[in-house]
Amino acid sequence: MTNEQGSQSGDAPKGFATSTRRQFIGWAGLLALGASLSPLDVRAAQSAPRQGGSVRFAINDGTPADSFDPATWQSSYQQVIFGGTLCNALTELDATGAAVPDLAESFSSSADLKVWTFTLRPGLKFHDGAAVTVNDVIESYRHHMGPASSSAAKAVVESIVDIKADGDRNVIFTLSGGNVDFPYLAADCHLVVMPAKAGGGIDWTRGIATGPYSIEDNQPGVGVRMKRNPDYHKPGQPYFDKVEFVNIIDVAARTNALLTGEIDYMVDADIKTLKMLAQNPDIEISKVSGLRHFSFSMNTTVAPFDNPHVRMALKYAIDRDDIINKAFLGNAKTANDDPVAPQIAFAVNPLPVHSYNIEKAKEHLTKAGLTTLTVDLSVAETAFPNAIDAALLFKDHAAKAGIEINVVREADDGYWDNVWQHKPFVGVDWLGKPTCDSLFTTAYASGAPWNDTAWKNKRFDELLVKGRAESDKATRQEIYGEMQQILHDDGGALVLAYALFIDAMSKKIAHGPIGNMLQCDNFRMAERWWLA
Amino acid sequence: MGSGFVTLFIVSLIIFAAIAVLPGDFAKVALGRSATPETVANFQRSLGLDRPVTERYVSWIGGAVKGDLGVSFSSGPGTPRTVNSIIGPRLKNTLFLAAIAALISVPMALLFGIIAAIRRNSWLDRSLNALTLVGISFPEFFVAYVLMLLLAVKLPIFYSLARITPGMDVVEIAERLALPVATICFGIIAHMMRMTRAAIINLLSSPYIEMAKLKGTAPWIIVLRHALPNAWAPISAVIAFNLAYLIVGVVVVEVVFVYPGIGQAMVDAVRSRDIPVVQGCALIFATAYILLNLLADVIAIATNPRLAHPR
Repeated sequence: MTNEQGSQSGDAPKGFATSTRRQFIGWAGLLALGASLSPLDVRAAQSAPRQGGSVRFAINDGTPADSFDPATWQSSYQQVIFGGTLCNALTELDATGAAVPDLAESFSSSADLKVWTFTLRPGLKFHDGAAVTVNDVIESYRHHMGPASSSAAKAVVESIVDIKADGDRNVIFTLSGGNVDFPYLAADCHLVVMPAKAGGGIDWTRGIATGPYSIEDNQPGVGVRMKRNPDYHKPGQPYFDKVEFVNIIDVAARTNALLTGEIDYMVDADIKTLKMLAQNPDIEISKVSGLRHFSFSMNTTVAPFDNPHVRMALKYAIDRDDIINKAFLGNAKTANDDPVAPQIAFAVNPLPVHSYNIEKAKEHLTKAGLTTLTVDLSVAETAFPNAIDAALLFKDHAAKAGIEINVVREADDGYWDNVWQHKPFVGVDWLGKPTCDSLFTTAYASGAPWNDTAWKNKRFDELLVKGRAESDKATRQEIYGEMQQILHDDGGALVLAYALFIDAMSKKIAHGPIGNMLQCDNFRMAERWWLA
Repeated sequence: MGSGFVTLFIVSLIIFAAIAVLPGDFAKVALGRSATPETVANFQRSLGLDRPVTERYVSWIGGAVKGDLGVSFSSGPGTPRTVNSIIGPRLKNTLFLAAIAALISVPMALLFGIIAAIRRNSWLDRSLNALTLVGISFPEFFVAYVLMLLLAVKLPIFYSLARITPGMDVVEIAERLALPVATICFGIIAHMMRMTRAAIINLLSSPYIEMAKLKGTAPWIIVLRHALPNAWAPISAVIAFNLAYLIVGVVVVEVVFVYPGIGQAMVDAVRSRDIPVVQGCALIFATAYILLNLLADVIAIATNPRLAHPR
């Protein structure tokens, strides 16, 4: 529907005689591939899943400090390999982005959405053969809870006031308030189930869990070799016999490794050389628009951003399409000051769509009682990829509306500590959340931990609480639609684009529709993909 | 010897001070954007970051003297991960790569340097000179990518990834390491060779060499028996410098060829603000540098007894 997805392979190069330098390099890669791969253009995605074979995935942000402790998983390396391949949570996000049962066979809630009961599948086993018990689930959740917790998922489990067992297979969660989205929270990759220790807590040190593959060899910061879990609870899955994850930080090294057949998949292809890579007939480029989005955030308590008309003027003074074409080379999707990505349930496209409109920008400036405006915009390369270019383009766009933007280049180091939430107008990279509620609760409600716009809206806060405890779909659509409209019209976040996950893989790999919430097929590519 | 320890002590102070003023907080980086002030405080307490700087320095240096570089910030509660266990395997890899590169590059550099000195201003000398100048001029990553393009992508002889895993046989390890070793050698042979050549040529104009020439000694004997012993001091200094570089400076090569060495570990640790690992790496680098320079001095004195008896 709204997400750009699937393969993109350009025309085959014409030949050496007429080739440009770029094509020549493309050819060079192609020759190398010819040695290791079949030259036939296999339409991978169309074959039916089958078991067998091995595959090597390259991820780019592993470090020697990585551990199996789910509370510490921050990088996509840990979340994909440990969260999505070694482990399972009670629920998972399927390819459409819905929370569906995983270790749980089913789940249900009380009428007020405060008490949730999850029933485990029968006969679940850990990699060492031990049975998965209700106690393992409870301890796995407690691992992130409590005042001494420094878990990455602490905020996720904050609303849980009690967990208890009911019989051998039921776990009952009691929440502090009704939350219809609780199954989405349970799909969080940190909330995976690991074996409980006798005296409380979980034993994560051995890397034993329930996932589709078990650890054969783990070298932190280098790579992980894994083999199929024969007792996996999903019939027929996983498909590969062995998978290997390799940590390759340098994008050129990743690309070369893919071209020489040393790996079969690379995360984060280089957008600057993407066209060349797409010309290779044995390589598929996958572009998936996920939840991640980029914003220029204004602190609504600081002048001049405390004036809604100033905010509106800036929202009209930016040419988002120009930035996407020039700074992101077309590899992003235009956003309309709504952080809710279109694939999230209850997403709307608030009207009027904020597009580049100098007249309207000037009009709002006049309404704010100003003729000219000068603001500082703080960015760094870590703010989001190519943020500095984006900010400089914004400066040009806004100048035409009489707004002068001073682009302040901040240091990459410590950007999130010293600039974000400290300077009034900053570039921000948001990884996104899978539901309206979790997104608004963490970043837009008054007093939310990441509310970098310091925006407070009474109606918005009321609707947030109301929506959380509402189970009727039509009513929720109404509530979340209104919230997005308020945010779009009044909020301090100038959301300019949704990022694409751009990965490249050998056509040896086949897959169904790729999940569009999290990276790497919602972290579960090793389980869901197969050899063509 | 004593001066080496003093230097090391000063370096340790500088390392600690420099890291103490780095912007950004490990607790915040480690906990990511989901960190709340409360989790950050919990975390800092568990790492001992709430103690004063001087106290932290004393306990760190006290452990380092005994070979214990402390505990990584990535340790979970109750499951300490020592810095040694993180750096250890990486250091082994780096030393392995450095040893291979040294075994190839040092003899080659000496040989080429001596040949160039003997046949100076010949076409051989000129072409060696030109080649080594090219070697010095190109940045390492450029050489690495060119070699990779030619020998891994276009002609798939070698591998573009230098990942070695336990259980690989010698031939495969050699194939895997061929490109990184070639890249490193390309840069350092040039440096050492030119220094060898210059040191020998410098001596060849001294009166005692003139004397040997007048005696009718063959040119290669003049170089090997008369000039070279006196040239060891500058040559060993430049070799030590380059060997130290092999240990501390090949991070670019490690990144390009995905070789899990200590340079990469340090960069990762800086990025994730794992301070004990950064400090450990820096200390190891400083030690390697000082030790190798010490060794160069010892060689210089051993080969030239005059230096041991200053007048």
